[in-house]
Amino acid sequence: MPIQPDELLALAPELWLAGVGLVLVVLDLFVAEDRKIVVGWAAIIGLVLSLLPTFGMLGLPASGAQVLPSRTVFFNTYAVDGFAVFFKIIVIISAILVILSAMDYFRKQTRFEGELYALLTFTTLGLVLMAGSADLILLALSIEFVSLTSYVLAGYFKASARGNEAGIKYFLFGASASAVMIYGFSILYGLTGQTNLYAIAERIRTAPTPALIVALSLSLAGLGFKISMVPFHQWTPDVYEGSPTPVAAYLSVASKAAGFAALVRLLLVAIAPSSLDWVTLVAGLSALSMTVGNLLALPQRNIKRMLAYSSISHAGFLLIGVAAFKGDFGTPGLLIYLLAYTFTNLGAFFVAVLLEQRLGSVDIPDYAGLSQRSPALAAVMALFMLSLTGIPPTAGFFGKFYIFGAAIDNGLLWLALVGLVNSVIALYYYVGVIRAMYLMPAPSPDAMAEPVALTALAGMVSTAVAATIGVGTLVLTEATTIGTAPASGIQLNSTPPTVSFGA
Amino acid sequence: MASYALTITIFLPLLGGLLILLIPKGNDRLMRQAALVTSLLTFLVSVWLLGPFEIGKAGMQLKEQYLWIPGIAINYHLGIDGLSLPLIILTTLLSVLSIVYSWRIDVRLKEYMFLFLLLETGMIGVFAALDFFLFYVFWEITLVPMYFLIGIWGGPRKEYAAIKFFLYTLVGSLAMLLAILLLYFNAEPRTFDMLKLIELQPLARLPGLAALAFWGFFLSFAIKVPMWPFHTWLPDAHVEAPTAGSVILAGVLLKMGTYGFIRVSLPMLPEAFKLYAPVVALLALIGIVYGALVAMAQPDLKKLVAYSSVNHMGYVMLGTAAAAAAVGVPAKAAAATIALNGAVFEMIAHGIITGALFLIVGIIYDYRAHTRGVNDFGGLGARLPVYTGITTMAMLASLGLPGLMGFIAEFLIFVGAFGVFPELTVAAVTGVIFSAAMFLWTIQRIFLGPLNPRWAQLPDMDRREVISLVPLAALMLVFGVYPRPLLDMINIAMTALVTSIK
Repeated sequence: MPIQPDELLALAPELWLAGVGLVLVVLDLFVAEDRKIVVGWAAIIGLVLSLLPTFGMLGLPASGAQVLPSRTVFFNTYAVDGFAVFFKIIVIISAILVILSAMDYFRKQTRFEGELYALLTFTTLGLVLMAGSADLILLALSIEFVSLTSYVLAGYFKASARGNEAGIKYFLFGASASAVMIYGFSILYGLTGQTNLYAIAERIRTAPTPALIVALSLSLAGLGFKISMVPFHQWTPDVYEGSPTPVAAYLSVASKAAGFAALVRLLLVAIAPSSLDWVTLVAGLSALSMTVGNLLALPQRNIKRMLAYSSISHAGFLLIGVAAFKGDFGTPGLLIYLLAYTFTNLGAFFVAVLLEQRLGSVDIPDYAGLSQRSPALAAVMALFMLSLTGIPPTAGFFGKFYIFGAAIDNGLLWLALVGLVNSVIALYYYVGVIRAMYLMPAPSPDAMAEPVALTALAGMVSTAVAATIGVGTLVLTEATTIGTAPASGIQLNSTPPTVSFGA
Repeated sequence: MASYALTITIFLPLLGGLLILLIPKGNDRLMRQAALVTSLLTFLVSVWLLGPFEIGKAGMQLKEQYLWIPGIAINYHLGIDGLSLPLIILTTLLSVLSIVYSWRIDVRLKEYMFLFLLLETGMIGVFAALDFFLFYVFWEITLVPMYFLIGIWGGPRKEYAAIKFFLYTLVGSLAMLLAILLLYFNAEPRTFDMLKLIELQPLARLPGLAALAFWGFFLSFAIKVPMWPFHTWLPDAHVEAPTAGSVILAGVLLKMGTYGFIRVSLPMLPEAFKLYAPVVALLALIGIVYGALVAMAQPDLKKLVAYSSVNHMGYVMLGTAAAAAAVGVPAKAAAATIALNGAVFEMIAHGIITGALFLIVGIIYDYRAHTRGVNDFGGLGARLPVYTGITTMAMLASLGLPGLMGFIAEFLIFVGAFGVFPELTVAAVTGVIFSAAMFLWTIQRIFLGPLNPRWAQLPDMDRREVISLVPLAALMLVFGVYPRPLLDMINIAMTALVTSIK
């Protein structure tokens, strides 16, 4: 079966991203040392343009409410469906915002500014590929691709000891996790004789359960590493702390989002038809992640470490959406939670970037009196913290609402209760940031210069998103479900819904 | 205007608050005026609601309904009846008086006024929302401003009190969220519409889930009320909160809890509530006696008033529990209606009386004596005649002196509850004795006896303080002598409620 030209068309965003990355590498050679920002802008333009074909694939209602038929291309190895496109959009938009915040941040700190933009673009490409992979081999390759570029990004400040630690730690943990995961994939292949997820789904019913348990657990190691799920989470705080803050922001949202895309596709497409009780396994991991992440976040003073542990606990909340995927609340809940988390967390990291540049500190107690010194920054940070806690009417609340609803709808009331307790624990450390900013007196009464840099722009964007997502939810829930039917004609019994924007 | 009347009432304060944020720094006078005008306008609009509102008509009025999130059937649905309208007017009234009282706040004034008005929006929203999702959103919106009001403008242990308040109430809120979702997923068709859920009774045949949902709501509402043993956040929050914050906390926020019991638990889960009504009534009784006794032992005037709130909210819960226990017993329907009328009347009375008492504490503490020790005073009666008069009146109203508002409420509750829980009611009446003793003893220690020379130069209330207290004192007297207009309104709503769950 030769590759059809329209299959290449379905890959337009990926091909474009690859091209942009290569152009950036070359462009970097010709741009003078002090004008590397040009490369950054080129990267942003490239990424924004890549959104055009991606949005086109959502099938806008303007074009007659027709959602593009979901399909798989390249011998069923790559899915182009609403589910994947949703994650691609999240990943690309995060990349744009991260580059905006990085342009200001890196200029004074490293000579290798231009390469950073190219690396971020390539990472984005890898994450986009992860979101669409429907084949074990492609999945493993794209995860490796993302990992390699991420290791470099995490250790970008090679002169700093912490930066080195972050890079090495990320590499060692990541390499082991990948090795274990690929071992799991190989067992899955051995059991079914297939690497394609849809083909595996057909044969998995007859696979022996004990072997399947081993295969699934090992595979979860690699994906669990990417989404920083307990017990594969230990790298998270050290890497977030040591890597440049914009990179940490990127890892905490985009890497996690793509990891969830791959995890959900693996579980719902390939594993779900088996007799294995994977829901209980995922629910257990979810409860564990929420609780461990939260308890470890409580004593943190460093905002980056706090956000790292909180991101572990959010992975747990997101796993509720994976375990409780059925019904009107399940997968939409996962998507809404992820969307809310992405922009809220990015926003929190951006404020941390700005404050790090102005205060020279990432310690929460140093935020004391910020509400007096920089009211706007303090207000948006407070908004992000409330959204991460899940207080209405912020985006985080809508996410929690859907996730809890999904848990109850799927008969996982106990998991909802665990989530409830954890939400209360989380309040304590999120409010800790608000407490420092609003309740503590300022060490010096001088007003801090309100940021005017690009970072502010990025911060503003995510503020706007976080605050208005309540309105966005109106649109999101109009989600139309489409089947990710592969060419072989199997209809998924659990069809990941797509998202259509517009009324 | 009538078709958007409730939306306007709810969002007017928020609009004013946002405008205040735009006023440049240092323009304190303008900010105060803007806040006052906003709250006054909101109050006038809420009083105006009495016009289009037909008192003799049962059921929800002035309804507004728009589709909000169609995918899961969430509506923007508002409406009021004889239960919510008095509470809305109480809210807007106490907000105006609190802003008048807060005139002298000069620390971070802009944030203060904004948060206060945001809080007002949340509170009115809770009383007007008829969709659970909307109800929950408003319910939670009240948490954040109150956290800041206590945390920034509070007393010495403000941080501890603020986070304790936030954590306690968030536990409750999340338990409520689960209960709401349980109702939603078991309704056919699925809906968040409170009126439809009352009709559908989704958990009527599922006693296990109904119990779970009941206790979920119970936790949330009981923490808010607060019922014994969930009351421990209250003394801390009250003592540390700024005066106006205490007024709103006691006057309105606590009512959200009892409102929830009457609006949600009773009509939506009548069977479960009936089953557990004796437990609730027992907790209410403990709250009544315990609140009064602990209040008597308090040397701190503000704590004393705070514990007297535990006592009074216990009466409200006793009346509500009595009505719940009478579900399904037609012979007791009349008693249930009387008890509920008393409970709602007590909610309003407590809002007015305790609101006034907290202002009274603030007047002596914030700008005069800077102490709240009951034993530090003595003989103020001769020195501060106006203050003494109003304080004595408020305390007598609170202890239930006939002719003042508190008496009517307690009388109705005891008459109604006696028909259902005779033993518990008899025991509860001792609470009246204790609280009478407590308030009389307090009056004696502060106003009677020889004048403590430390206070020889203390000035009496100024004009602004009189303005913020006299309306409340007048209402105590008016409704104490002639409760009928208010009682009629409440009675229609409560009769309809009791009929619907018989």
